[in-house]
Amino acid sequence: MSHAADLPLFVAIPVALLVLAGAVLTLIGSLGLIRLKSFYERLHAPTLGTSFGIACTLLASILFFSVQQSRLVVHEVLIGILVVITTPVTLMLVGRAALHRDRQEGQQEVPPSAAPTSPPE
Amino acid sequence: MSRILPHPVVSAALFIMWLLMNQTVSPGPALVGAVLALLGGWALALLRPGRPRLGPARAVLRLTGVVLVDIARSNLAVARVILSRQKSHYSSFVHVQLRLRNPQALAILACILTAAPGTAWIEFDPEEGWLLLHVLDLPDQDSWAHIIQNRYEKPLMEIFP
Amino acid sequence: MTEALLSWSLLAAQILLGLAMFCAAWRVLRGPRAQDRVIGLDTLYVNGMMLLLTFGMRSGTALYFEAALVIALLGFVSTAALAKFLMRGEVIE
Repeated sequence: MSHAADLPLFVAIPVALLVLAGAVLTLIGSLGLIRLKSFYERLHAPTLGTSFGIACTLLASILFFSVQQSRLVVHEVLIGILVVITTPVTLMLVGRAALHRDRQEGQQEVPPSAAPTSPPE
Repeated sequence: MSRILPHPVVSAALFIMWLLMNQTVSPGPALVGAVLALLGGWALALLRPGRPRLGPARAVLRLTGVVLVDIARSNLAVARVILSRQKSHYSSFVHVQLRLRNPQALAILACILTAAPGTAWIEFDPEEGWLLLHVLDLPDQDSWAHIIQNRYEKPLMEIFP
Repeated sequence: MTEALLSWSLLAAQILLGLAMFCAAWRVLRGPRAQDRVIGLDTLYVNGMMLLLTFGMRSGTALYFEAALVIALLGFVSTAALAKFLMRGEVIE
């Protein structure tokens, strides 16, 4: 860690806080994978890490490298854009695949179609 | 102008991405990036995706702000559900009737709902406009339908007229 | 002072992310169904990517960034292919 010795303290504190916040959010999200009971509930858990968890880590990385190399280092934004675009797509694909499989097996918990069977009003 | 740059936004995004990957603005990589951006724009024009017409920029910014605040709030809500000791939440499927038909607007709505923890877009029926959502912590059926229709669908219809 | 602060917070974050990867791996191994394993694998990818970013900050080189970018890309493609497989039973049709 000798390369970080010349970092001023007012940068090091936000970097440390952001890294820890990102890691804690991601851990809570992954814990949800274990603790939540059904598949469709578990579908919500990873988004905790991929929304603000990854944002905090990327911000910390941008701050750290920008100060360390004393120029603007923003290529982490690429990972951010990539994650923001791809996570919803993969979760939607997996959710639809699970719905398709559950319907084929005739599970009673999933609705048979997108329209409600007995429409309100 | 439109023959050289059929999709200016896509070309600009490709150019900026190239510069970000190279981490430089020196003429060599910038030239390669410009060529790449032009080729990308032409390739997209060959696919004829149709050009979305965007509404006022203020509406776009307001929706972005609303989405960021909502994602932050639902992050905390889902973290509380996961960490709570006893089962205090009630998850269920929700049916929502949408008036939105523009495919680009629907794609953005799907991304917003899935990226926010606590809601997941499962299925959409394009003929009747019924959307099937899964919600992790459900106060009641109707409130979620109203939230989605008022908070997201209305601004999106303003942005994609 | 700064060095110790950064080094300890990065170490703590790495341990937390390692635990998160363990949770995701547990879901991959336990299942019970194929879609649960796919979700677990997707989370494993994202957690691994964040772990690489913290390694990059610890070592102070941009090399880890490239690895993280590749993981982000490959993770998306493989999860999409797996979801397609769950849907139809084949990837290419």
